[in-house]
Amino acid sequence: MRDFDYVRPATIPDAIAAAAEPGSAYLAGGTNLLDLMKGGITSPERIVDISRLPELNRIERLDDGGLRIGALVRNADLAHDAAFAKAYPAVAEALLSGASAQLRNAATVGGNLLQRTRCSYFYDTASACNKREPGAGCAALGGENRLHAVLGWSDACIATHPSDFCVPLVALDAVVEIEGKAGRRHVTLAEFHRLPGDTPQRENALEPGDLIVAVRLPAEAASFAANTRYLKVRERTSYAFAVVSAAAALVVDAGKIRAARLALGGVAAKPWRARSAEAVLLGADASEANFIRAADAALADASPSGDNAFKIELARRIVVRALMSALAGTPERLPALPASPFSNIPGAPHDA
Amino acid sequence: MTSLPITLTINGHRHELEVDPRVTLLDLLRERLDLTGTKKGCDRGQCGACTVLVDGKRINSCLALAVSHDGANVLTIEGVARGEELHPVQAAFIAHDGFQCGFCTPGQIMSTLGLIAEGQAGDDPERIREGLSGNICRCAAYGGIVEAVLDAQQQLARTDRRTAA
Repeated sequence: MRDFDYVRPATIPDAIAAAAEPGSAYLAGGTNLLDLMKGGITSPERIVDISRLPELNRIERLDDGGLRIGALVRNADLAHDAAFAKAYPAVAEALLSGASAQLRNAATVGGNLLQRTRCSYFYDTASACNKREPGAGCAALGGENRLHAVLGWSDACIATHPSDFCVPLVALDAVVEIEGKAGRRHVTLAEFHRLPGDTPQRENALEPGDLIVAVRLPAEAASFAANTRYLKVRERTSYAFAVVSAAAALVVDAGKIRAARLALGGVAAKPWRARSAEAVLLGADASEANFIRAADAALADASPSGDNAFKIELARRIVVRALMSALAGTPERLPALPASPFSNIPGAPHDA
Repeated sequence: MTSLPITLTINGHRHELEVDPRVTLLDLLRERLDLTGTKKGCDRGQCGACTVLVDGKRINSCLALAVSHDGANVLTIEGVARGEELHPVQAAFIAHDGFQCGFCTPGQIMSTLGLIAEGQAGDDPERIREGLSGNICRCAAYGGIVEAVLDAQQQLARTDRRTAA
């Protein structure tokens, strides 16, 4: 790891001033940043440790019925907050399906949004990567790419965003609260992450010094609590990134879908909100046939970026499964293996 | 880079230290303080061999900068037994053959202490397996590990009831 200056500002404005200097990086939980620094993928000259900044580790109910989650709330603390898990069960399930218990105890809300892709060529400094080194080319395009993007990719970059947490968040219209040199501003999570285009190194809406201070959920987000799931296909039982995942949330009244939310993970450089699928569902009968139509709409623009055509069909099926599961009702208790599409018989192995 | 002063309480002992900001909590424990029970496996947060409790919560010490944890209370495997008397979790790992080579064991035991304290898994073996999925055992002693956790948890619950009575 290269040498760096370490500063631990006492206030948010001091942190922003320090991080606005070129070569700076914020440190919170550090679970992704230290990994990247050890591998030489990122080499900041200055670490701005924000892990003790006051006021960023609270979960606050807002007067308008919404929720404000401080950027430094740890993933485990958020998922195990009983009121949070009851109001937003698919978000809690997504959080607990990601990483390991140790990592969830350290990783923060803000850091989860900012985690980098796990594309193996991004991680391998001997490989060409436009995200790591703009203009270098993309080794993933002709390489091992069965897990890469099927939506929103470009010839410059076919990497995916690895977050589980962001998938139900984007479905529920989450908003990112950002503080920067010019004050505070709100950016929807749907607009926060960028598609690669010709500039895959620009991954989000942050400018130098900008600090995520909170993530907000609007009041309506809690209206889906009774019929919502997050499902995730992994290549091993636990502690793995999504091959594909889906967050589904419904409001069903007398068999008709009154409101629908759908987002996909593991398919693009950002958490993928499937608005065209939501439009198919709205007002329709809550039936498997309509869920299949919605899945087709969600993946209508998908195309393989390599040896990953299977992910398009897999994504369709996981969308249908997530919608069916949401319709059946949010489980009383979080399943033993969160987000698993396999059976969950209490006490039995997940694949029994 | 100049060293920075930090204070850590490790296994109940207070340490005042000067550290290079690049030093991880794991390397500080092993290289500076000779607490080599905490193992360096992957050094990238993937194997769990470096698991310690920081302020009561299990984390990967390989992905923690020591300077960032200034003032923290750290528990490592060396601080788990009381003198010669093993902690019930340690004794249960022996009783149930919860290991073969033993390299991952300190991390497994620290992770188990965290799991029990979190109180999320109960006595469901599948929840225990999921709760310990951040600790890899290349000898695949998982069957014994889950038995050991179930047993230790029951023993600790009995002790708690006796203490409460």
